[in-house]
Amino acid sequence: MSDHVIEELQKQIERLKELSRNGLDLSEEIARLEAKLAALHPPQVPPVAAELDDWERVKLARHPQRPYALDYIKLLMEDFYELHGDRLYGDDAAIVAGLARFDGETVVVVGTQKGRDAADNVRRNFGMPHPEGYRKALRVMKLADRFGFPILTLLDTPGAYPGIGAEERNIGGALAQNIYEMFHLRVPIIVTIIGEGGSGGAIALGVGDRVLMCENAIYSVITPEGCAAILFRDAKKAPQAARALKLTAPHLLKLGVIDEIIPEPPGGAHLDPARAAQALGEAWQRHLRAVRSIAPERLVPMRAERFRALGVFEE
Amino acid sequence: MAIFGKKYFKVELDRVERKDDEALWMKCKACHELVFKKKVRENNNICPKCGEYFFLTAPERIQLLADPDSFEDISRPIVAADPLGFVDEDGQSYSEKIKKAQEETGLANEIIVGRARIGGRPVIVAVMDFRFIGGSMGSVMGEQICHGMERAAQERVPFILISATGGARMHEGILSLMQMAKTSACRKKLADARVPFISIMTYPTTAGVEASIASLGDIALAEKGALIGFTGRRVIQQTIKQDLPEDFQTDRFAFEHGIVDNVVRRESLRDELIRILKFFV
Repeated sequence: MSDHVIEELQKQIERLKELSRNGLDLSEEIARLEAKLAALHPPQVPPVAAELDDWERVKLARHPQRPYALDYIKLLMEDFYELHGDRLYGDDAAIVAGLARFDGETVVVVGTQKGRDAADNVRRNFGMPHPEGYRKALRVMKLADRFGFPILTLLDTPGAYPGIGAEERNIGGALAQNIYEMFHLRVPIIVTIIGEGGSGGAIALGVGDRVLMCENAIYSVITPEGCAAILFRDAKKAPQAARALKLTAPHLLKLGVIDEIIPEPPGGAHLDPARAAQALGEAWQRHLRAVRSIAPERLVPMRAERFRALGVFEE
Repeated sequence: MAIFGKKYFKVELDRVERKDDEALWMKCKACHELVFKKKVRENNNICPKCGEYFFLTAPERIQLLADPDSFEDISRPIVAADPLGFVDEDGQSYSEKIKKAQEETGLANEIIVGRARIGGRPVIVAVMDFRFIGGSMGSVMGEQICHGMERAAQERVPFILISATGGARMHEGILSLMQMAKTSACRKKLADARVPFISIMTYPTTAGVEASIASLGDIALAEKGALIGFTGRRVIQQTIKQDLPEDFQTDRFAFEHGIVDNVVRRESLRDELIRILKFFV
């Protein structure tokens, strides 16, 4: 994969050089990419802010070796104790939820979980949850609220599952309920988009006091393929749609949707999960400490105000 | 001043007649009979032959539900911006799309928020117009819904949301997704003020709106003929590669699966609201 990234960077530099021959001044962009390329070669060089093409980032976010929620839980938390079932219908393995110890305290962690291989993916439904998954998540988050445990959510899902059963059990209502209820929880909530932040299925676990995003994660209202199929009438135009949607971390930081970008090792988190986890753990620690100092009666309205303020329009 | 499109302009109900084509007759999509268009319009856009519903514009919807001359547009004076610089396949920019929608509908936005009376009772209504880019929810709709709920909470009058929407507006990317959280955050203000929220789902109420504010009513009603669901029929079919039940995501489906409190005929919607509003004095 590292080779692949390097190759892609070289291709991009070539492309830019070609464009600059037609009179465009792209020297800055080229210099930046060349610096990136140089940084990728010797491993001792610290990671630079990558300037990957948005579509490259989509591919990295979906990389099959990318660390998933359970990987980060294992790397960063102790004594994870998974809780199962929504107490209404069933258990959904596409969402993991449970108690754990982090930074010396009990936390509740909730994450969408993809499978690592075919069999695992059947069980995990490729990380696409059903209503019972979201209802389980809400049940466990309410448990956190009762006992004053901070909540960490880890988002990595293509979206909620588009199926008959999901609709029969009111997936839309389940997503809405989660979003709504998360605004009532009186404990700190740190949201992290670790891979794919897929639409309604992501925002349903995406309401928090801090929203962090891994450097090569994506967060979007619709998949690039879905957007391309609808607006560009051709799913193959996904790369174009990916660029149009502004779904990568640097864009989202500018739009005020996320608070911080968590750096990944050069070439992506899958090349060095331990190092990716370390950066994430440091950020969690820092933000949890900051948010914990805010009294619940201030925290709850602050969270609502944060999201109330999102949107761009003309007066 | 808007840098593109038109500046915000208020809706005056008697001045926003829908732009119809010249034809005097139209074919009903259900019974295939030729029907006199004027008759259809006068009949709340219901086929006089078979009872099939045609869509209502937002102004028509308000006229159907509100007491005569009681409506006042209180929308925030805002219009869509183009935060992503979005250009679609035909090279049409989002700004151009907005402008075109404004011209075609005679509306500034895809939603109208207003004060009205229903059976003499004051309410705040927020009504979507499907003609305006599929009634999709971007920053403007999110803001208008919040504005309406905040007014309702402040004035302590019931809030009624009438959805006719395909979901989130892709042209605004992540910001449209955020409107799901924004409106849901604001919904709490109604609950805190003990102000009732009636959500009416019509054809269609799907995706981002269905999976947020439309599903958060104290009372949820489906208009007969509504389409209610999260994922579109075609996407589900492509994913699971099997046929869907005939009544999938219909009003009846929503009722049978406990998603709405009642299914109401268009002709009875106003009376139904009057009946419900009476409980919340």
